[in-house]
Formats: sequence, C-alpha cells, structure tokens
Amino acid sequence: MFKKILIANRGEIAVRVIRACHEMGITAVAVYSDVDRAALHVRKADEAYPIGAAAASESYLNIQKILDVAARSGADAIHPGYGFLSENANFARACVDAGVKFIGPTAAAMDAMGSKTKAREAMERAGVPIVPGTSRGLESFDQAEQVAARIGYPVMLKAAAGGGGKGMRLVHASEGLKSALEGARSEAVRSFGDSEVYLEKAIINPRHIEMQILADEHGNTVYLGERECSLQRRHQKVVEEAPSPMVDAEMRRRMGEVAVRVAQAAAYTNAGTVEFLVDQSSVDAEKKFYFLEMNTRLQVEHPVTELITGLDLVHLQIRIAAGERLPFTQDEVQIRGHAIECRIYAEDPDNNYFPSPGKITLLLAPSGPGIRRDSGMYEGWTVPMDYDPLLAKLIGYGTDREQAIARLARALNEYFVGGIKTNLPLFRRILSDPDFRAAKIDTGFLDRLLKQKQPEAPSDPKTVEAAAVAAGIFATLGSPAMGAGERPVANGANKPNAVSNWKAAARKEALR
Amino acid sequence: MMTYDITIGGKNYRLDLNRADGRWLCRLDGRDVEVDAVLARPDVLSLRIGNQAYEVKCERVAGETHLWVGSQRFAAEVRDPRSLRGRARAVDDRGPKKLIAPMPGKIVRMLATEGAEVEAGAGVLVVEAMKMQNEIKSPKKGRIQRILVGEGAAVNAGDVLAIVE
Repeated sequence: MFKKILIANRGEIAVRVIRACHEMGITAVAVYSDVDRAALHVRKADEAYPIGAAAASESYLNIQKILDVAARSGADAIHPGYGFLSENANFARACVDAGVKFIGPTAAAMDAMGSKTKAREAMERAGVPIVPGTSRGLESFDQAEQVAARIGYPVMLKAAAGGGGKGMRLVHASEGLKSALEGARSEAVRSFGDSEVYLEKAIINPRHIEMQILADEHGNTVYLGERECSLQRRHQKVVEEAPSPMVDAEMRRRMGEVAVRVAQAAAYTNAGTVEFLVDQSSVDAEKKFYFLEMNTRLQVEHPVTELITGLDLVHLQIRIAAGERLPFTQDEVQIRGHAIECRIYAEDPDNNYFPSPGKITLLLAPSGPGIRRDSGMYEGWTVPMDYDPLLAKLIGYGTDREQAIARLARALNEYFVGGIKTNLPLFRRILSDPDFRAAKIDTGFLDRLLKQKQPEAPSDPKTVEAAAVAAGIFATLGSPAMGAGERPVANGANKPNAVSNWKAAARKEALR
Repeated sequence: MMTYDITIGGKNYRLDLNRADGRWLCRLDGRDVEVDAVLARPDVLSLRIGNQAYEVKCERVAGETHLWVGSQRFAAEVRDPRSLRGRARAVDDRGPKKLIAPMPGKIVRMLATEGAEVEAGAGVLVVEAMKMQNEIKSPKKGRIQRILVGEGAAVNAGDVLAIVE
C-alpha cells in the first residue's frame, strides 16, 4: 500500500481525497497556488508545497512542478482528482517515467477514449450501441450533407477533441448545415486547437444517464449503478441523482453490461464513467440508450453512487492502484435507497450566474440525517476568482426518492453562505418543481425552468415584520454587516495616484 | 431608546427599540410587539416574536445589506432619523443613486459619460472578471452626476463606480 499520496488538485475534491488518505493511514501531500495558501485542502493535508502563480497553467496544470513536488516529498502515488490533469495522457505517462503511480487509468486507455471519434470507432467495433452518425471526422461539407440526409435531421455537429458544449451545433434542416459546420470547426479550433468535427443524430431532450464502472488491474470490471445527470445548464451538470428514476433493474443490467464492455474495449483500469443518451421518445418497449462518451476519471458526482452502494470509491481507487483485486463481485453490488446531489457554486442567479468571488462572512452549514456535505469552503475564506467556482456538494440520501428530496430540501433551507452570491436559491426552486418531483426530467428541463418567470410569492407579513425588528436589533447591537459603508475606488485610470485615507474619508462624506 | 426608519422589501416601518434588564421592548409602527432576541453570532439572531421563532441572518454583498429570515431574503435599509448621518443617508428614488461594483474586476468599457441622461436599466459601464463581461446598469432614470472610474481601472466588490441623480 502507498505510504504517501500527492493530491494534484484543489478545493472540495482535494479535501475529499485527503480524507480518504487519512482513513487509510496514508500521508497526504497537498499542492497550492499563490491564491490558495489559505485554502481548506492545505490545512487538512500533512504536507503542503507551493507551486506558483494562480493561473492553472503555472500551477495545477504544470506537470513539471507537480512531479517535482512528488520527487521532493517522496510521494509514491498521485491522485489527480477531476478536471486539471486527471484526463491528461501526457501526465499519466510522465508519472510512469517518474516512477510515481498515477491513481487512475493508463495513458493508453485515456487516449482510446479521449478522442470522441476514436471512441466511437472502438464502440462500433465492440458492438456497443452508438448514436447514429460518423465515427470519423467530417472531410467535407458534401460528406456532411450526405450523412445528415441519411440519418435524418435534426443532427448535431460536435468537436472530436473536446466537450463542455464547445464546437457543438444543432442543425434542424439542411439549409443550416453549411454555416453550422463552419461555426463548429472554428470554435473547435479556438477551444481545443483541433478542427475535427463529426456528426450525430440529434436526440431531442434526451436523458443523460451515466454508468459508474470500476476495474482492477487483474481483469475484473464491474458496474456500480447509474446516475441521472439530465439537469444541466449550458452542458454543465447542476443536479445529479442515483439511481435514475427511469431505470429499472433490467435496464440497469443491460446498460451496466454494455458499460463493462466499453471499459474492456479500452483495457480500462480504475474508476471511470460511461455516459449514455437515452431517447425517451423511442417507441420501442425497450428504451433506447446510446453510448455518448467515456470519462476516464473520478467524477464530481461520485458521492451519489457511494451512498446508494455503500462503497467508498476513492478508497477503492487507491487500493486498485496499489495492485489489489476488487474485494467484491458484480453479484455482491447492491443498490439501496436514493441520493440526490446539488452543486453549490459561487454564482449570482440574479445576474445570469455570473461568478461571484469574494469573502464568505458567514457560513451556516447543514447536517443531520441523510445529509452529506463535501465542501472546500469555510467561514472567513475568500473565494478566489481564478478557478471554477464550485464551493461544495450537498447530497441528500433517503430510503426512496421522496425522502431524499425532503431531506435535501430541508438541508438547503438550513444552508447559509453570507457575503457572496451562490446558486442555493436555484436548488430550492428545482426541488419544489412538480415535474422534478414527478421525475419528469430531461436535458431541456433546467433551461425551461429558468425561462419561466419566477412567481413573486407575496411574503408573509409576519416574516417581513420579523425582518424589520431584526434589522433594528442588528443595528442597535452594532452588527458588522449593518454598518459597513462603500469604499471609494483606488487605482482608477483617471486617478493615477493611490487614494489617501484622508481623501477616501472625505469622498465618503461627500457621497452620503 | 433607539428609533429607526426601516425599509424592508420596499415597505417602510418605524421601529422603537429599548433594552432594559436584558429584555427588549419593541414598538413597530406604534404597535407593541413582544420580542425576545439572542445573538448567536455577530450576524445571526435567534428572534422570538410572541411564540414564533425565527433565525435571521445579516450579510453585506456588493454594497447592499440583506436580511434573511429563514431562507427568505430581504433588502434592508436602516436609518436613524435623529442623527445627521441618518438624515443625509435617507435615499429615495428622487435622490442620487450609486452604481456599485458587484465583484472585483476591471473596467473594460465606458458606455456613458458624466452629464449624460440615462434611462433606468441603461448600461453605464462594463466590468470584466473571470473572462466574462458584466454590464453595470443605471438603477434609475436620470443624469450621470459623476463617474469615479475610467477604462482600465481595477475595482473591488462594493466600490462606488458612478452616481446617477
């Protein structure tokens, strides 16, 4: 077993992996950029190394610096978390060269699944159902036209080298194909440096269901149940749940076996996720699902799978990487209860979800029955603006979906993050939506919900009175939040000198 | 005895508060209200009105004070009518309004100049942060009395950027 693991990441996932290390008696090494010195993961680690400027390219994405810390600290393994270097085949190879175990799949497996077109080709060969379309990049507009005519509109153009919605274009009819192809190609070049674009049948408002797989380095591969990730905004997941409300035991078995075949086709080891699109409109009794892509890393939403299976995926990742066999068989995997996760971001829901960094002046965090909270924030912490603003994941678990929703809604009402804007109000809205509660969801759900004008619920007059009384009491007791005034600006372009305290005070008086 | 003019969610209240023997005496718009309050943390109040219990949180974000009763948010303004500072701070729709930077960033574009007439909701300047641009809009119809920043200025959350009168 490893003695020391370097966590090449930050935020809530770094804290989560550090916790697994401590639970297994392994020393945890953290790395941090200049703006992350006060981050929670640094405090929780046993050793911590600075790795440079805030920009990810200079720090968390800098392979040389990370491996340098591994060498200096004597770490025998690296856990890459998610994002950053977790799916970087060069990094995986560099770890091998440096004699440090990369906790994840091999570079070869990443390469096989990293290119969407290569992955499609491999799936075709393996007899895995894929969305009808091309498995090679489109060579010409003529070819695109022919394929689109054959599989039928609407079609989706996609970048082979990337994801996150970039380089994607939905085309409803042949008239729009030419400009869409040009647009997709140029966006793909800008985002990924690769203009390769392929074409798939567009499934309208599909459900996005993904299957967790786990494979040891001795040839054993299992599936651990699915997650429903249809609640997305701009192709980013917002709410995830397990199991999927639309998947029964039979469908789970079929999807799981396909997912295992996918993993085996890529000679996959460690934790991974196979993503499927499910076409709800298909008239077959057998609900149609299609391979979309494989994520060759541990995912953000892994907690919901952990809760319904009772397994610790990070412990298992470490054990697999250390050469151990899977300690259970497929038959021994049990699904029990229901879990729902909310991703809490430092974003302003009133301002188009604009990132909202700043200092967290007050944090009241929920707990209690069926509540799990994986967080990277703390009261008094200043959220840096240099990274993805994910603050925490809040998960509700119950014996069934209804109880999971009730617990999560209760916990959301207890959650308070003061001093910055967060998307907490969005989840209260989602959980109280009748279609969500009835599990009538698809990938268009969130866009439709956000388009609806929020009904102005009239406030209970007693509540408003309580607010008025409280306001007076806070003011009387000299609460800091009641009294702070605006600050004048320093470093204005038309005010080249730093504003002196005198001037600042005078300006404040003039503005009153 | 403290007296306040309070605006919550657009409604105005007159609040008289007195503290005697650790107990609160409260009068809201002339009506006696049975109040019992304990500060759990500097910005967290455990409030009882009669037998109704409330957890009220206070926070300041981007220049605004918010009160949260449970998970309901209210914009709050508290004025002490008897102090000079209180009178000068009394702001209504006819008075000057400040445009506040909602987050740290850089001014990348000016959309209006000092002296210009603007409509409510008209863009005055653009702040860029985290590779996204955010248009700062005038909260009311009026004349831009003053612009305190120029293109290229670095700003912090809460900084006053301009005043519209």
